[in-house]
Amino acid sequence: MRKAYFILLMALVVFSTLSFSEGVVKIGVALPMTGNIASFGEMVYQGIELANKMFPDVLGMKVELILADNRSDKTEAANVVSRLINLNGVVGILGEVASSNTLAGGAIAEKARVPLLSPASTNPLVTQGKQFVSRVCFTDPFQGHVAAVFALKNLKAKTAAVFTDVAQDYSVGLSNFFVKDFTAGGGTVYKEYYQSGDQDFSAQLTDALSHNPDVIYISGYYPEIALMAKQARQLGYTGPFLTGDGAEAPELIKIGGSAVNGLYYTSHFNADHPATKMGQEFVAKYEAIYHTTPSALAALGFDDYLVMLNAIERAGSTDPVKINEAIRSTKNFEGATGYITIDKDGNAIKSAVINEVVNGQFTYVTTINP
Amino acid sequence: MSVNLDMNVLIQNVFNALSLGGLYALIAVGYTMVYGILRLINFAHGDIFMMGTYFAFYAITLLFLPWWLGFLCAICLTGLLGYSIEKIAYRPLRNAPRISSLITAIGMSFFLESFAVVVFGGIPKSFNVYPKIFSQVIIMGKTRIPILTFITIIVTALLFLFLWWLLYKTKTGLAMRAISVDIPTTSLMGANVNKVISVTFIVGSAFAAVAGILWAMKYPQVQPYMGFTPGLKAFIAAVIGGIGSIQGAIVGGFLLGFLEIMIVGFLPSLAGYRDAFAYVTLVVILMFRPTGIFKIYSEQKV
Repeated sequence: MRKAYFILLMALVVFSTLSFSEGVVKIGVALPMTGNIASFGEMVYQGIELANKMFPDVLGMKVELILADNRSDKTEAANVVSRLINLNGVVGILGEVASSNTLAGGAIAEKARVPLLSPASTNPLVTQGKQFVSRVCFTDPFQGHVAAVFALKNLKAKTAAVFTDVAQDYSVGLSNFFVKDFTAGGGTVYKEYYQSGDQDFSAQLTDALSHNPDVIYISGYYPEIALMAKQARQLGYTGPFLTGDGAEAPELIKIGGSAVNGLYYTSHFNADHPATKMGQEFVAKYEAIYHTTPSALAALGFDDYLVMLNAIERAGSTDPVKINEAIRSTKNFEGATGYITIDKDGNAIKSAVINEVVNGQFTYVTTINP
Repeated sequence: MSVNLDMNVLIQNVFNALSLGGLYALIAVGYTMVYGILRLINFAHGDIFMMGTYFAFYAITLLFLPWWLGFLCAICLTGLLGYSIEKIAYRPLRNAPRISSLITAIGMSFFLESFAVVVFGGIPKSFNVYPKIFSQVIIMGKTRIPILTFITIIVTALLFLFLWWLLYKTKTGLAMRAISVDIPTTSLMGANVNKVISVTFIVGSAFAAVAGILWAMKYPQVQPYMGFTPGLKAFIAAVIGGIGSIQGAIVGGFLLGFLEIMIVGFLPSLAGYRDAFAYVTLVVILMFRPTGIFKIYSEQKV
């Protein structure tokens, strides 16, 4: 009796999914929802969800988002992409934040010929030589350049200690671009290294501070940046920190506390200075739902969804190859973070914002155009 | 590769190393006690350490306990957790082949991590629940030493005194030392083996909780996978010292702390590979002196 009941139930489940799967466009979302950089995943997904609420349909069909957690892990990042494609049959994938993870997942998407659109992976290698991997954010050569110019001109720094996370392609690349432009501008750098997941930076900081740097540049992610800032202040450093877009997460301030005051970072967006009308609408809607100011990553997640949706619409089909062609011909699309044009290599060309942490708040400093 | 030789830097790094080494030593003791008695590498130990910090975090933020009571509560709860883990997961397998218990330990580790992700959430929490005095810094000349470094060293010393008293001055300690040699014979002598093993797990887990709380005050970030690396490092420390030996765990912990900090301090360009150095040390020790520094004789074993 019980068995028959169970079979009936299973049949019901199978049929209901079958009948629902008609008239649905499945879009995969691969993000770090747990683990070291879980906060990134959460913020991006909030942006995607909001965009999905505002624009739930495409080509007369409902969009179904399928979220997969890569646990902030490279191996898992590749696994979830292949799961989304092979098991869920998605037509496109939004996601992967950390460049290393997008590199791992991108290789799978490339082979399966399904478009992967990253909201926030800035390392140049992510899209290099790839037909099916694109992004809606700027790249690190630009970000490193902006930081170097800001350090030299605005912070009047002559010496910089540069901290690189050797386990992250993002960090290795960004540090190189910063060092190249900072030394070209007449600055001197002292290089220090660490690895994501490290919690003790006392030895590196002791070495760095013995050179009395004018600024500490950290090209990593917020968990390490927050701890490093805290330990640097304990070791007596009072100068400014400068970082890339990996710093922006509420946890930076929650964990870093007063130590991160005076931290500048290059970013994609500031809620007080949205670059477009869509940006203003995004901020208003986001604040109404989540009761907090949106971060750059939420805005990028929002744009990521919109660009994908726009591409499906222009392709007029759910064929992944056609969608990919449409993504790569995106021109002057109005998103929350600015007007997005994706070039033939899959990279977006956009302006950068510099923000500062003042009294525990992310505060707008300036905008720098490419 | 530049080599940095500066007296102030050296002194600063000695204190950096003492502070890190003390924490490794505290965690390593839990490994070594359990191994000494059951010949079981308790891979869940790093996750017990993680649970300890979460207990402290929630005792203070959710139950609004004063910090000292919150810490005490967390230490007791973690002891209880260690007791339950032994009773539920390891005791039924005590007479099974050793590989079964080892796999159970790994399973337990995954279980605790997943449990923490589901119940506490995957997003790191800020451990700002202790009084501000603990984050102050003592300035001696050009050297700056966080007060926490001294607290860590003092707490570590006190706990080892307690452990020494427990092992050598009490009946339970005598039974522990006896069990580490031969379980059936000790049982025939009238010692309650189950009770003694439970006490071992409770003490080891409570030590892990203390280490966890000190760790979280130093690196104020609590997340479900935070126990993984410290657990692995402490395991290496225990092996360096000679697994099963308490003195070995202490010496191994401080040695590993010094090794990691000094490598980074003197050869900053290799800092990204400090974990690799720890693992290479483990391999070298296992190849050339698998018994570690303190070769255990039966009377030293716990």
